[in-house]
Amino acid sequence: MDLLIAKNINKRFGGLQALTALDVFVAEKSIHSVIGPNGAGKTTFFNCITGFYKPEEGEVVFNGEEIQGMQPARVAQRGISRTYQNIRLFANVTVLENVLVGMHRHLHTGWFGAVARFPKNNQEEAAAREEGMRILKFVDLHRKADYIAKNLPYGEQRRLEIARALAGKPSVVLLDEPTAGMNPRETEDTTTLIRRLRDDLGITILLIEHDMRVVMNVSDQITVLDFGKKIAEGDALAIRSNPQVIEAYLGRGAATGSNYGHRQAAAVAGS
Amino acid sequence: MSIDRPFRLTDAVLYGLYGGIAALLIALVGMAEAFSKREIIADVISMAQVMLMGVAFVAALFAANKAQSSHRSITVASGIIAGAMVGLLLALLALAIEPLNMRAMFVNANRQLVALLLPFDQTPIIGGVILVGVGALMGLAAAAITYLPSLLRRSLLISLVGVVLIALLEDVLVVVLPKNIGRFVYESNGLTIAGAVVLFVLIFAITYLWLAQRDNVTRRFDRMPPKQRRIWSFAATITLLVVLFLLPQLIGPYLSEVSDLVGFYIIMALGLNVVVGFAGLLDLGYVAFFAIGAYTMAVLTTPELPIVRAVIPQLNFWQALPFAVLAALIAGVLLGVPVLKTRGDYLAIITLGFGEIIRLVVLSDALKPFLGGAQGVTGVARPTLGSSVTDSPQEFYYFILIGILIAWFITARLKNSRLGRAWMAIREDEDVAAAMSINLVGYKLLAFATGATLAGLSGAMFGSKLGSMVPASFNVLVSINVLAVLIVGGMGSLPGVIVGALVLIGLPELLREFNEFRWWVYGAVLVVMMLYKPEGLWPEATRVRELREDEEPNESIEDPTGLAKPSEA
Repeated sequence: MDLLIAKNINKRFGGLQALTALDVFVAEKSIHSVIGPNGAGKTTFFNCITGFYKPEEGEVVFNGEEIQGMQPARVAQRGISRTYQNIRLFANVTVLENVLVGMHRHLHTGWFGAVARFPKNNQEEAAAREEGMRILKFVDLHRKADYIAKNLPYGEQRRLEIARALAGKPSVVLLDEPTAGMNPRETEDTTTLIRRLRDDLGITILLIEHDMRVVMNVSDQITVLDFGKKIAEGDALAIRSNPQVIEAYLGRGAATGSNYGHRQAAAVAGS
Repeated sequence: MSIDRPFRLTDAVLYGLYGGIAALLIALVGMAEAFSKREIIADVISMAQVMLMGVAFVAALFAANKAQSSHRSITVASGIIAGAMVGLLLALLALAIEPLNMRAMFVNANRQLVALLLPFDQTPIIGGVILVGVGALMGLAAAAITYLPSLLRRSLLISLVGVVLIALLEDVLVVVLPKNIGRFVYESNGLTIAGAVVLFVLIFAITYLWLAQRDNVTRRFDRMPPKQRRIWSFAATITLLVVLFLLPQLIGPYLSEVSDLVGFYIIMALGLNVVVGFAGLLDLGYVAFFAIGAYTMAVLTTPELPIVRAVIPQLNFWQALPFAVLAALIAGVLLGVPVLKTRGDYLAIITLGFGEIIRLVVLSDALKPFLGGAQGVTGVARPTLGSSVTDSPQEFYYFILIGILIAWFITARLKNSRLGRAWMAIREDEDVAAAMSINLVGYKLLAFATGATLAGLSGAMFGSKLGSMVPASFNVLVSINVLAVLIVGGMGSLPGVIVGALVLIGLPELLREFNEFRWWVYGAVLVVMMLYKPEGLWPEATRVRELREDEEPNESIEDPTGLAKPSEA
């Protein structure tokens, strides 16, 4: 069953057509990757789902409910969390506090509860901290709960961002380049973590990723974008041998003379 | 200034010039002359001399500090040069006043100023040389002090400032101190020499001991078992409350009056702290809610305003108080709903406008039958307890104290709660906060309403304390003042609010000579604070991390387990 459906999404920025008639169907408890060269519209697609952008046309259906054009907070309320391409933690507070903010939608203490601290508010707070520690343990950061977020090494900051996204007990998590800037070892750990999100927690994952080894390794389904259009879709095997995909990467790389495209294409074909 | 290149003596000249310009300013705006009548140590040194020498000292301190890495002789030389430069500029001023007829441009450039700058009735040239010499001496002292261990240096500087402050607060302290101590320390104008020495030694000893033992004490406190720790902090809280309770009896009516004023600002600043410090919403029209609280109290309790009295019966203080607070709360929500969708600068401008609108509304002739217009409202009710009416500042102190405790309690609890975290998230990154399903407008509104309510509470008590209300009390400077209290104390920090209010509101009230130059000093304090201590006097930990980003590497200070490994990056 498809948990998240994007149908005929069109998004324009002035004269630029960022997304054109994009259809993506994300099956429940699957890892669905969105790949494509730089500027293909991957992050724009994420922003259309999470409510940061309003698509001009098309609909986003989550759990049978249309959510396109909703405020980001209301989309999040329904159980869609995300991480960011450039890390956006609350840098100056502790690791645990970051996770606690992520749990916002499951806590109920209001103004009077916060001031009066009724027993039920204290219980809620204590339970939230316990739960927060459990989530940190899941990403192996529980020993650093009292650290200031910005003092964590890069890879751990990425993991903390995932932990914060998990704290809202989402049914869908959107990961925007979770392994960007990581060394091979960290990348491998993150790949394992992404699989555990699906297998242990039953979370549906929509993944943007440039590292083709990761994509080919974990994805149940892959959607390839180029210039805002879907050019291919299928499992890793199908994508790897798809001539259009190879051309999209290699053609552009050859045309502009950047070896980035070559490397990507080689990765697509080779891994 | 932070370019990494070897220190040159021309840099010392530059620091000297900066200091000299500051000294010229002090002389030409009339500060020097006004303060020359105020003795710090009777018949030895006046406040004006302390200020000018202080400028030379500070300029030399900066120069010597900058030159620290160079050879010792260069450090000493740069201190002397910077200090002497300040003296030189002042000497040039003194010499130029008569021949250039500077009086035509600067009212304060008169003969008294010359006499002040060139003492001992020497010829101008010898006087000028003495002035340069004194500056150089200050520079030498400043250079010498940089070679002391930091503990000694800090205690020394703190004791010097402390002695000057105690001398300045003579009028206030002489009333409070027991007679024989007062007579030992103070002359009719300034400290006695013996008093100054004893005070200096005393403050020095206390600061030195405290600075040396502080870490030890806090560490021992942290190591205590939780139960013992709780007993200690409970005891400390009780002691503090007892002291606060007895304070007005100890300090007399005048200081109680000042405390009351500080108290109004503390309540307001605690409220604005929620808006600006917690949620990061810059509100420049905060005075509006203060005014609404005050005017609601006034209109509801005054026997005047016949038109109003025909409709609403006259209430007493306690009946009117909830309405005043409620009115501010409602105003906060009403303003908040349309405004809080804007961000940053726009919010600041809109709130600034709102503050002015409220002031102009109460000033207007059209509403005069209801709000009293430019003449304001008099006969505002005082709080009553049983049959006794509170009207002395000492009695009023207790009502304000209760107000502060309530405001403190509410904001402290809010800070460490789900709401406090949501506000932190909004302050740090609005988009991410929204993606955590935090309702931005809703939570901003809560912060705004909380702030407005506390301002209303402060305003209602302010109105009652004053007994009469004029629109002029509610101009934009009040908003700026409250904001400055937060900045100087430390944004987001509750103890910072108290420190900021004492320094910015209390101190100027006590230093009567400063009143004329209040805004000069105010501006200087803010500039210096922003340059050298942007996180405030009693900052909040989060804030320090934010502002001192580059200076704090991945230290393990935040690591209670000691497991921290330095990051490879």
